[in-house]
Amino acid sequence: MVSDMNEETKQAVLNYTIRLGDDAVVIGHRIAEWCRNAPFLEEDLALSNVALDFIGRARMFYGYAEELADDGRKEDYFAYMRDHREYQNLLIMELPRGDFAYTMVRQLLVDVFNLYYLEQLISSTDETLAAIAGKAIKETRYHLRRSHEWVLRLGLGTDESKIRAQKAVDDIWGFTHELFDLDELEQQMADAGIGVDNRSLQQDWSAKVKSILEEASLIVPEDSWKVKGGREGYHTEYLGQMLNEMQCVHRANPGLEW
Amino acid sequence: MVEIDQQQKFQNKIDAEIKIEPKDWMPEAYRKNLIRQISQHAHSEVIGMQPEGNWITRAPSLRRKAILLAKVQDEGGHGLYLYSTAETLGITREEMINALQDGSARYASIFNYPTQTWADVGAIGWLVDGAAIVNQISLQRTSYGPYSRSMVRICKEESFHQRQGYELMLTLSRGSEAQKAMAQDSLNRFYWPSLMMFGPHDTESAHSASSMKWKVKRETNDDLRQKFIDQTAPQIEFLGLQHPDKDLKWNDEKGQFDSGEINWDEFWRVINGDGHCNRQRVQHHINAHKEGAWVREAMASYQQKKKSKAA
Repeated sequence: MVSDMNEETKQAVLNYTIRLGDDAVVIGHRIAEWCRNAPFLEEDLALSNVALDFIGRARMFYGYAEELADDGRKEDYFAYMRDHREYQNLLIMELPRGDFAYTMVRQLLVDVFNLYYLEQLISSTDETLAAIAGKAIKETRYHLRRSHEWVLRLGLGTDESKIRAQKAVDDIWGFTHELFDLDELEQQMADAGIGVDNRSLQQDWSAKVKSILEEASLIVPEDSWKVKGGREGYHTEYLGQMLNEMQCVHRANPGLEW
Repeated sequence: MVEIDQQQKFQNKIDAEIKIEPKDWMPEAYRKNLIRQISQHAHSEVIGMQPEGNWITRAPSLRRKAILLAKVQDEGGHGLYLYSTAETLGITREEMINALQDGSARYASIFNYPTQTWADVGAIGWLVDGAAIVNQISLQRTSYGPYSRSMVRICKEESFHQRQGYELMLTLSRGSEAQKAMAQDSLNRFYWPSLMMFGPHDTESAHSASSMKWKVKRETNDDLRQKFIDQTAPQIEFLGLQHPDKDLKWNDEKGQFDSGEINWDEFWRVINGDGHCNRQRVQHHINAHKEGAWVREAMASYQQKKKSKAA
């Protein structure tokens, strides 16, 4: 219960929750960019569905942040009024949609992560986070069924789809390492039983991702490069551009109802 | 002789309000007319994803972003039902898409207008979906069974969209001066084109006579347009916006509004290619389709391999 938390814990849970909202809104935005651009109409619908799940998830996290902050900042403040240096999403979420293989490979890597992450978050001592995780994990199971199936189709489909899928795996791989980092805040939240110890997810994630990539006859890359910094607000160039677009109408006339 | 009997039987059914189903005999012209109308309707839903989709990345609140995305997704869903409906008449989706891309099939000309501001998302939901519903409610009674049934389903979703669009306009109209001006500008730009959605005057309409006889169409362009004008006037008033038609006047005797003349030159100009987005809309469809070719090939190849493995 928010009312039982001391000020310090409340602040920490707030920051932790905002990060989860950032992850969801950023990837939701990226997937939504496919709507009307997909390879066929059924995929326009399916990708929109997945995007809607993430936008809904962002609203749940930011809605909880609104309650925790209790200072008049609303869900749209968190989404629309913070700059990219304040956003703390994982970098993998902000990478551009790329081609369909890039989107689907990123989705696989993120879905497997979300699956194991949410399985833990369900047991959070924070009831709200646990409840959000309970709803989100059902969606994530569906997302993973889709991204798993698509990576198989691409890896085992044609020469071209295999080349594109492999290139996507190679180009995204370096952004997966930070999924399993833990900074001070995350350590504190994990210790308190509120958050998840991401380090503990790495083994399961690697095993699952490797088995799917092998099933798709794709090569698992070497861990030779690692890019990190999302949780500190140190982003790729893509996020600033994405947020400029996303926030432009809201910021042109700030403080209004839409 | 046999042909004449069938013709007569067919018309009797129509006259008796019995729906025509895919396996029933039907005149070739009826089938062609339906394919033209239903595929045009499907293409309109699909091309209509573009102008509204233009604002998904810029929607000014997360709630609006979700509503808009879900709306554009619904339009795509309507496109899917309608393609399937047209397929019951013996044409494939691929043939229909080719016809859209080579320009031989049309889509609603309203989507050749650009969406310039966020308010356009509201105006399209309210006016464009609103005009579409007036037409589609009437089409729920169309003589071809599958088309009639898809209209029932589509109408439910469209009226939801219309309410959401109107609610967006209401929020802007009650907001800041800048928001209100944005709403007014959008109404000014979309009002007349929505009236044009009902097509030319009855006297000028190429397909009206046979469509009415076969009950593909149940009400004329002008009658439907009048309904829309009458329902929209009080909605504009409630928003507190200026009505774009300066000649609009209530006619007590007729129990309906008299209105100013539509700019038919503009109507024909835009239909015939001089809208701001005619080329862009079709080109976008072609590009997305082309870019997706390797994905569709991969999917087909994967299915093929799976099948031969199983065999």
